[in-house]
Amino acid sequence: MLLPSPWRADFPAIAALQRQDQTYLDSAATSQKPQALLDALTHYYANGAANVHRAQHLPGAHATQAFENTRHKVTQWLNAGECGQIVFSHGATSALNLLAYGLEHQFNAGDDIVVSALEHHANLLPWQQLAQRKKLNLVILPLDADGVIDLEAAARLITPRTRLLAVSQLSNVLGVWQPLPELLALARTQDALTVVDGAQGVVHGRHDVQALGCDFYVFSSHKLYGPDGLGVLYGRHEALARLQHWQFGGEMVQDADYQHATFRAAPLGFEAGTPPIASVIGLGATLNYLANLDQAAVEAHEAALHGLLVEGLKQRQGIRLLGAPQLALVSFVVEGVHNADLAHLLTEQGIAVRAGHHCAMPLLKSLGLAGAIRVSLALYNDSDDLERFFIALDQALELLQ
Amino acid sequence: MNLPDDAQAALDSFAHCTGWEQRARLLMQWGQRLPELSEADKTEANRVHGCESLMWLAGKQVDGHWQFAASSEARLIRGLVALLLVRVNGLSSEELQRVDVQDWLNQLGLSRQLSPSRSNGLNAVLVRMRELAG
Repeated sequence: MLLPSPWRADFPAIAALQRQDQTYLDSAATSQKPQALLDALTHYYANGAANVHRAQHLPGAHATQAFENTRHKVTQWLNAGECGQIVFSHGATSALNLLAYGLEHQFNAGDDIVVSALEHHANLLPWQQLAQRKKLNLVILPLDADGVIDLEAAARLITPRTRLLAVSQLSNVLGVWQPLPELLALARTQDALTVVDGAQGVVHGRHDVQALGCDFYVFSSHKLYGPDGLGVLYGRHEALARLQHWQFGGEMVQDADYQHATFRAAPLGFEAGTPPIASVIGLGATLNYLANLDQAAVEAHEAALHGLLVEGLKQRQGIRLLGAPQLALVSFVVEGVHNADLAHLLTEQGIAVRAGHHCAMPLLKSLGLAGAIRVSLALYNDSDDLERFFIALDQALELLQ
Repeated sequence: MNLPDDAQAALDSFAHCTGWEQRARLLMQWGQRLPELSEADKTEANRVHGCESLMWLAGKQVDGHWQFAASSEARLIRGLVALLLVRVNGLSSEELQRVDVQDWLNQLGLSRQLSPSRSNGLNAVLVRMRELAG
C-alpha cells in the first residue's frame, strides 16, 4: 500500500467498520477511538464509579484523582502552564455558550463582536444571540478566495468598538488554517477579548495557548479521539476572572442559603452538576496515547493523505473544491450533480462522508451553494480508504453525469 | 389492500433489483415520472424542510381522493418521493393516515431510506402529507 497508517490497528472500530464494508471518512464530525480509551472507560466503570469533588470515601478519591489528572494532562497538551485554567464542559458548543452568557455583562449596546464568515454555528449563534439580547453589532470578517480570513479587511473591521473576537483556528468546511497570530494581535490592540474555536485545529498538530496569546481556547474531546459529551475550555486567569457564573447547582457552589449563594472560582465554579466523569478520565487516556505517538510522523502521514485526496479530486472533471484546503479535509461540489445525489450513491457504496451545510449555513450560502460533500481524514486513515473513495466516486459520477 | 397499478409496477421493477447501481438507475427513472409542481406552486408554504435538497410538496383532494405533486432538485430523492406518491396518491384521508410507508419501502428494498438519521427528507414529506390530510 502506498500510505499505510501505522496507528490503524490502535482503533478497533476501524476494523469493525471495514467488516461492514464501511470506509470512514467523516472524522471531522467525530473520530473513532483508540483502544487505550476503551480500556480506561472499562477500567473506571468496572472498578468503581464515584462522583468527584464530593465524597470522603476511597472510590470518590480515586475518581477525583483520575479526573484531576486529566485536567493536568490537558493543561500540558495545550501548554497552558501557569497562565490559565482548564474548565470541563459538556461539549465545545456548551463551552462557547458558557462564554456568551458568562461574558454578557461585559458588553454595552452598540459594542461590536467580531466573528469570521467561516464560523461553525457553534461559534456563530451564541454570539449572534448575545448581540440580539444586548443590541450589539455582530461584525463578520470576510474571506479571500482561498478561504483565509482577509487580514486587510480585519484590520479595518476590528476597531475600538470591538469588545470580543471569536474565530476558528481551522475551518471545518474549508480545511484552512486561519491567521490567528495576526488576528489576535489586532484584537489585543483594541483590548478586545479573544476566543479561539479549536474544535478542528486541536486535532492536527500541537498548539500552544501561551504562544497564541488568546484569552479563551475551546475544543471538544470527541473530535480529538476522545469520548463525547465533553468539551474543554481553556481560559487565561485574567479572562476567567471576567466570566460570571452561568449554570448553577452541584459543586460549583461555595455557600448557599435559601435566598443567597456564593460560588467557586474557576474551574469548579463553571462545572455545574455532575461532570462527565468517565469521559474526562477517557480523554486523559486518549491524551496519553496521543502523547506517545511520533507527532512528526502523524503530521507527515496526514499531509501525504491529504495531498493524495486533493490531487485525486483535482484530476477529475467538473469538481470544484471549496477554498484551498491545506489539511484534514476537503469539501467539494460537482458541476451539474446535486450533492444529495452524490452523497446517496457514496452511502450506497459504504463510503461514510458528510453531505450538506456542515453546520456552517451562512458560509455555504455565501459561496452560493446549498451544500457540499466533505471528506475528512484522521491518523487511522490510509491510502486504501482513499482508493475506495475514488472508485466509489467515479462509479457514482458515471451514473449521475 | 389492492395496490394502485403504478405501485404494482414499482414493486415489480424493484423486485428484481440486484445491486445498488441498478437500484439507483431505477430510482432515477422513477424520479423522471414524478408529477412536477408548477413554478407557481414552489412557494415557501409548500417547502418541505428537513431535506438536503430543496423540496416542495402540494396536495389536493379530488372527490375525496388525495393527489400529491412534488419537486426536488436531487434526482434520487425525486425517485424516492415518486415511489412514495405512487403508493399514496388516490387514497382517502383516512387511508393516508393508516398507510404503512415503512412496509412499502421494505417491499421495495428501500427501507433504509426512511431511517431517522437520513436527511433525505422522506420523513419530512410523509409528515407533511399527513398534516395536509389532517
